[in-house]
This record gives sequence, C-alpha cells and structure tokens, in this order.
Amino acid sequence: MRALAILLLTAMPLQADEVWVTNEKDDTVSVIDIETLEVTRTLEVGQRPRGITFSKDYSRLYICASDSDAVQVMDPITGKILHELPSGEDPEQFVLHPDDTHLYIANEDDAITTVVDTKTRRVIAQIDVGIEPEGMAVSPDGKIAITTSETTNMAHWINTETQEIYANTLVDQRPRHAEFAKNGTELWVSAEIGGTISIFDVASQAETAKINFAIKGVHQDRIQPVGFRLNADNTRAFVALGPSNHIAVVDAQTYEVLEYILVGRRVWHMAFNADETKLFTTNGISGDVTVIDTTTLKALKSIKVGRYPWGAAFRPTTQ
Amino acid sequence: MITKTLMIACAISILAAPMFANPLRVKIGYIHSPPEVAPTLSNLDAPAPTQGLDGVQLALDENNTTGKFLNQSYELIELDKTNPDTNGIDVIVLNMSKSDMLAFANDAGNADKILFNANLDNADLRDDKCAANLFHTLPSIAMRADALAQFGLKKKWAKWALITGPKPADREMSDALQNAARKFGINIVSQKDWTFDSDMRRNAAGEVPLFTQSFKKHDLVVIADPTNDFARYVQYNTWVPRPVAGGAGIKPVTWARSIEQYGAVQLQNRFREIAGRQMTSVDYAAWAAVRSIGEAVTRTKSTSPETIRAYMLSDEFALAGFKGRSLSYRKWNGQLRQPIALAHHDAVVAMAPLDGFLHQRNELDTLGLDKSESTCTAFEGK
Repeated sequence: MRALAILLLTAMPLQADEVWVTNEKDDTVSVIDIETLEVTRTLEVGQRPRGITFSKDYSRLYICASDSDAVQVMDPITGKILHELPSGEDPEQFVLHPDDTHLYIANEDDAITTVVDTKTRRVIAQIDVGIEPEGMAVSPDGKIAITTSETTNMAHWINTETQEIYANTLVDQRPRHAEFAKNGTELWVSAEIGGTISIFDVASQAETAKINFAIKGVHQDRIQPVGFRLNADNTRAFVALGPSNHIAVVDAQTYEVLEYILVGRRVWHMAFNADETKLFTTNGISGDVTVIDTTTLKALKSIKVGRYPWGAAFRPTTQ
Repeated sequence: MITKTLMIACAISILAAPMFANPLRVKIGYIHSPPEVAPTLSNLDAPAPTQGLDGVQLALDENNTTGKFLNQSYELIELDKTNPDTNGIDVIVLNMSKSDMLAFANDAGNADKILFNANLDNADLRDDKCAANLFHTLPSIAMRADALAQFGLKKKWAKWALITGPKPADREMSDALQNAARKFGINIVSQKDWTFDSDMRRNAAGEVPLFTQSFKKHDLVVIADPTNDFARYVQYNTWVPRPVAGGAGIKPVTWARSIEQYGAVQLQNRFREIAGRQMTSVDYAAWAAVRSIGEAVTRTKSTSPETIRAYMLSDEFALAGFKGRSLSYRKWNGQLRQPIALAHHDAVVAMAPLDGFLHQRNELDTLGLDKSESTCTAFEGK
C-alpha cells in the first residue's frame, strides 16, 4: 500500500489544483493549472462536449458528449475514457445528485430529462419536459431536480423519489441555467433572451425576486444571462452575460448588481478555485478562459483554450 | 406498452397540476396559396410545395409541448383560399399573393382577427397599404436592403454598382436598395438595367464582362434580382474582380441553413426532422407567427384576440427567435423586428444590425421603416 503511494507520487509531478474546460467545437477538454494559469493537458473526448462535472471524490469526470449521444466517464489522472453512460440523445447539461450516483441529464433535441445510475450504468427514468431542456439543478437535500427548457420557457420541478414533474413555472425567454441557493430554499434561473435571473421560493414555487442587468454602452439585447455560480456562503453570485462579454457580480442577499467585469467574448459558464479567490469563465467566441480575482473583481488573465469553450469544473489535486 | 402507460400517467399528473387549471384551446388557421413564382433560368432552387406549412407545423408542435404543461392546446386548421370558413378561428397565418392578402385583410369579416403575413416582403404592406389586423413576421424588403447597406458601410465597400432586373419584384428591391443607400450614405456610382433575354447559362462568360465593363470604380456589385434569376451568372463574370451581393453572393436574408449560432442549430434540426429539407425564410416567418401566438397565450393565459393583440404590441412581448436578440412587434405597423443575416450559400458573414448602428429605442429599428418614416396609421389607437 505504502509502496503504491510512493510509486504514485514519484510517477506524478507535484500538481496544483485544476480547472477543466470543455471545448465544444474541438471535441477536447483543456486542463488549466490554477497556479501557473497555463493549459497543462488537452484531452480528446467525444463529439461536441458541453456539460462537465466531477464525482464527489473527484475520481471520475463526467462529460456530456452531445453529438456522440453519450455521457463519457473519464479517469482524470490518466485522461482516459473509461466507459460511456447511456444518456439519451444529445445530452447538453447535467447535474450529479448528492447521492453521487444519479445523473440528471438534459436531452436537448428530445425534450426529455434522463436519469442515469452511474454505478449500474442504466437509465432509470426518462421524464418528458419542455423543448430544448438545458439548465439542470438538484436541491442540496436531493429531493428536487430542476430542468429548465429553453423554448418552452419553464422550470420543471421533478420529485426525485417518483421521478415525476410536480410543478411547472414560467420564466423569461430562453432559460439557460438553474441553481439552488441558501440551503435549498431558493431557486435561481437565468433567462438568456429575457435578460433576467428569476428567484423562486422553493417551498411555494412562487417567484419572489428578479434581477435585471444594465451595462453602460452595451445594448440591452446583448445582455444575456447564461451560466452563474453562487459562492459557498451565498453572499455573492457571479453571472455570465453572454455576448455582452461581461460577468455581473450580484449581492445574493439584496439581489443588487454590484459590478460588471469585462471578460472574453460570449462568456458562458464558470468555475471557482478551492477557496473561491479566483473565478474561471469560459468565453466561447474568443476561445479563452478569463481568470477573475474575486476580491478585487478584476480580470487577471486570459488563457487560450480550444474552440468554443463551454463548461468548466474545478478539480483539487491536493487534499 | 409500459412506457406508453407511464407516459400517460405522467401526462395526467402534469395536467393535474393545480396552478394552470383553466384549459385553453387555440385554433390557428393557415391559408396555403403561395403566389406563382416567376420562372428562372435555372431551376436549382425550386421552392418546396410545403414551404410555410412546415414552419406552421413545427411551431404548432412547439406550442403544444409547452401547452401540455399549462393545459393549453393548439390546433391547425388549414383553410381554403377561395371560401375559407373562418368561424371560430381568431388567428390566421397567410401565405398568398399580395392582391389576395389585401382583399382578405380588408374583408370586414376579418377585421377583428389576428392575421400574419408570412410570405410577402413588399414595402407598401407595412406602409400606406398596411392593415390594422395584419402582422408581418417576414421582414420587409426595406429591412433586408438596409442590412446590406450597413454591411457595405461596415466593410467600407461603400461604392456600389447596381444592376436591376426587369420584373416588378426586381424594381421593388432596386428601390429599397436605393433608399438604403441614401439612408446610410452608400454611393451608387453606376446603375444598369438587366435587359438580356437570352439564356445566360450559355453565354454569361461572354456577355457579363462587357455588361459590367462600363461601371465606374466600385467596391461591390449589387444585384436587384430577389429570385436569383440572373444574378448567379453575374458572379465571377464581372469585368473587374468584385464581390457580388443582393440576388447572389452575399444576400441579406431572413433565414438561411447556415444560421447556426444562438441555439439555431436546434431549430434547424427540429425543422429538418419534420420537413425533410432546409428551413427557408417563409418557413421561418410562418414559424414565428405561430410561436408569437403561443407566447402571447402562455403569458396572458387568454385566447381573446384583443388581449393577444394588445400583448403582442406591448413592451412585455418577447420572442426568442434564434437570432441572438429578442424579437418584438413594431407598434406602428405590426412588423416583427428581427436581425437580418448577411449570408452566402455556405456561411453567415454578418448579422445586421451591425455593431455601431445605433438607435434611440431599439437597434433593430435601424432596419426598415422606423416610426417616423412609416405612413401606416391603421395601428394607432387600435
């Protein structure tokens, strides 16, 4: 056992934590070392990779290979694809249930949410949702899964015990991303064309607040909220505003926008580092990742990755 | 069998959702009577006989998918042009000739209906011949001409040689291009009418260089030939090497197979799946009409034509049209404002409005008849 550990240590150079980015138009994943802020590896994956997430212990990477109609499972140390999971057609985005086993996958072309057991590698449910499902979220207690559908303009509330929809709420045009906040009492949904984030009370599914965005010198039509993340203590949210090329920093308590940070072109999704001092945003059109200092709210660097970077996921390498 | 039962059970549980108890049934009429297409020298791109209808069908499917979560359903009623039974149908999408459309829109029995023009780009239908009940989801020729002028200016290809074809539609496009040139400061340095009546497929290489030899120094050859009857033979046959735009080369278009950004791939895929062909501009306009109704009914939870109309003309209305901006209707003439693609056969080169063309209200209103320019008064106070 000890010999093995030593062997592993000597086999691998000392590594810093990483951010993994899917390149939608290159069929690759770029691995960024967050100390040097350089790309250290570029790994071949299936076609049109978009959603990306790690298992809870970071030993497995899940990738939505949309045009391969599969979720690929990769060993992040070797960079090898271990196997594929049945995912339904055109998986775009997914979320891993807190049980570390069930993946909830949005099948964009099929108007379906597929639930896959990552251990048995079987589909355990398919749920009819609206057209172009995309945003996926699971409540921290694991009881509720959310799918947002872009053309139907809804958030669908799924009971994870029965795998059935129990409520549907209308949101603004082209909902893109959903996140639970504040211990699962709030649901946030971004609407790309509506230009808003709607906040729902989870218990009643009633809309309680709406965040609007305005950037001086940028037309309202270009301000299109897509991906967003809240920090761990839920004091702040960082919102990617698509073709306006800005990240909005939102006070998650008052829902006021505090700051807009200029990043690369068509900013889409993002990931924090371990202590949330840095934020890495994927910029689709400019093909790079912007690193933001979350204290000063300044962009530090752009890192060139592949074509159309889409999703981002953090991976710690030090325990 | 098991999955089917499961799906039905699923559907029932959705319908049982207490929030949306009131069932809404919406009948959408469609009149498919596309005008005769003038013959072209080459018949490579003959319009599909179901152009328009397939767009309606796709949007209807989308409305019904949304509707199943809200207890709404949408039904397509195909109407006969000569004797349409429009009883109980408040919304009708039209794909017909200009004279038929004007007669239909001005028929007293249709005054309170919501009609959509899905196939005609004539400027006057949005201007002095506008009708209060007639919305336009297809962009006007003026919107498309303005898009090309913006592109010319942006590229600094601001000296144009203009060739105008002999057909009435060619003249209308030529007028629109000249208006656009005036509006944006494009200099039309030379103009010629296309007068050949021979088959250019055989002698373009001989005739076109001579025809274009007399043009003054120009950056772009712009051809008013919306059906691409002869424009395709001008391209690569000009006296001096110049890009061609308008009827061939770079075209300002409502929709093209090469529009893939802004989630458009999904729409293109869905369309190809039901129609077995590429989506055209008329399909797109028909789709946008039916989706507009779906959007208005979903948001207002009403099927009353007055409520739908008021909502469509309000600031709240927004249609996600897969063109990167939210689409809405102009309050002064019922035109759906939308970006125009500048595309050649294989790729989109630019989307208008281009960066830098600003407007006090909405950049999309830099394309086509703006409020102060339109003489349409029918919409006011309705």
